[in-house]
Amino acid sequence: MKLFGLAARSAAPLVLAGVAAWLLQAQLGQAWGVILMYAGINVVLAVSLNVVNGFTGQFSIGHAGFMAVGAYTAAKITFALQEAQLFHLPLGASQQIIFLLALAAGMGMAALAGLAAGMPSLRLRGDYLAIVTLGFNEIIRVVIENTPFLGGATGLSGLPRRTTLVWVGLGAVATILMARRLVGSTHGRALLAIREDEVAAEAMGVDTTSYKVRAFVISSAFAGLAGGLLVHMLQLCNPADFSFIKSFEVVTMVVLGGLGSVTGSVLAALLLTISLQVFTEFQQYRMVVYALLLIVLMLTRPSGLFGSRELWDLFPAWRARRKEPQPPSSPTSEEVP
Amino acid sequence: MTGPAPSAPVLEASKVTVQFGGLKALADFDLRLQAGELVGMIGPNGAGKTTAFNAITGVYAPTAGEVRVAGERVNGQRPFQICQRGVARTFQNIRLFRELSALDNVRVACHHGHAAGFLAAFLRSASFLADEARITQRAEGFLEVMGLVHRRNELARNLPYGEQRRLEIARALATGPKLLCLDEPAAGMNASEKVALMELIRKIRDDFRLAILVIEHDMRVVMGVSERLVVLDHGVTIASGLPDAVRRDPRVIEAYLGDAYLAEHQIAVPGAVS
Repeated sequence: MKLFGLAARSAAPLVLAGVAAWLLQAQLGQAWGVILMYAGINVVLAVSLNVVNGFTGQFSIGHAGFMAVGAYTAAKITFALQEAQLFHLPLGASQQIIFLLALAAGMGMAALAGLAAGMPSLRLRGDYLAIVTLGFNEIIRVVIENTPFLGGATGLSGLPRRTTLVWVGLGAVATILMARRLVGSTHGRALLAIREDEVAAEAMGVDTTSYKVRAFVISSAFAGLAGGLLVHMLQLCNPADFSFIKSFEVVTMVVLGGLGSVTGSVLAALLLTISLQVFTEFQQYRMVVYALLLIVLMLTRPSGLFGSRELWDLFPAWRARRKEPQPPSSPTSEEVP
Repeated sequence: MTGPAPSAPVLEASKVTVQFGGLKALADFDLRLQAGELVGMIGPNGAGKTTAFNAITGVYAPTAGEVRVAGERVNGQRPFQICQRGVARTFQNIRLFRELSALDNVRVACHHGHAAGFLAAFLRSASFLADEARITQRAEGFLEVMGLVHRRNELARNLPYGEQRRLEIARALATGPKLLCLDEPAAGMNASEKVALMELIRKIRDDFRLAILVIEHDMRVVMGVSERLVVLDHGVTIASGLPDAVRRDPRVIEAYLGDAYLAEHQIAVPGAVS
């Protein structure tokens, strides 16, 4: 019974998402499918970056670096196991399982890269941390461009297409679930406390360094997932896709949606990706669009569309339903003499 | 771990010195606190009171000397480790988690001693949910003690000033301290609010059997509530003992009122350069 509850709480949203994405995939044409996949991958990126930038209050602008680590790891595994067939399973099923393993390995490698980058740099604050993460992003890209094993500047082409809308849907929902559950847990509150006041958090028994590194590692792992999904959709690993421009794009989404707001990040990622994919003639101006958006945002709504609130906080009717019952309180006994 | 003697004082600071460049912000600071003691720390501005707090709670590592909490040496440990050993504090300029609710502020402090890990949090396992329920219940208990239950879901920054001060104390209590350090908890309050707060502090000491160290500027308030006083001036402990004795100590009067006052009233200060 206990196990059933655990399974229901953890797996039910994923199953629902998978079924929804599968139905959507069957209904939509190829073009819309690709647009939605892009959007879903950007949701994974924005929500995972929000764990560091929004919840923990650190400013990382090197998300694409960890994405690259995940992407290349997953791609290499796919290449190596392209012909493999697991336990006499049909080829299709075997390929899906190998893809899952490849994505998981990509997440693991990205998490390790996040650990390596986070340990020394999370002692820094604000601008300094931003510069170090940006530097790390570029280091990863330059190392890839100069490593023949990873295809150098031309990248790795000829990847089989494994990413489907179902995979992207599962990835996006898993990321959102991770972020929401993290922020609603004692660990998430420790991260929020660090954002609010690091000195006070430390004085209240929160190991701030360890928590910052953990947030960074989790965030990097999901960036790796996004990387793995992206290259198996494009069927190509191109180092230019993981430059700081990609990082900047993700930061724009997070800031636009509101630092600390999961639903804000989701909506901003969907909005930006879909609108830029639909108006393809704008594609070449997208950096201009991002910059303009940020400027307008800073002038009119510096905390982003949602601030640190969630979508349902803006609709009182939804909020009332979500709110837990209040304990009975007697104001007279609470007043301190 | 070398098992501390059962009678070890909650806090034992001996010859603690904090030096910034050429400035000794705190020199040879000695203090022993037993469980259940309520001690006031007074002194003029810049006397080193907050520095003493920071040296005890690990914000500064002492340049020399030793700090022991319940018999264990804590020099050089980070603030969160010292907090986990049982020293909690509030801040002179309120440092609440402003964008979090009052309940969440306290729940953050209930954090350590928490068993469920990250994975359990992601999977929402039964043990994790039980832990969360326990933390919430505990946090609500501390809000109740400080009379803040009705503010449970209010953001900390929206609370009135006096309630913010009380929320900080609730948060500090929630870490489960043996020693509670309050840095000017009554700052900015009027006389009757100060007296009420000091009564509350005394009640907390009795209910939770804590040692409490209070910094307070207002001599009358601190004299009324604490059994023992420590007076700092220019980083040096110039007097300590019972409130009445401290009040008559000429060096305390000098520190507070200046030597012109002493000369005028012809009070001799032992050891002072005339």
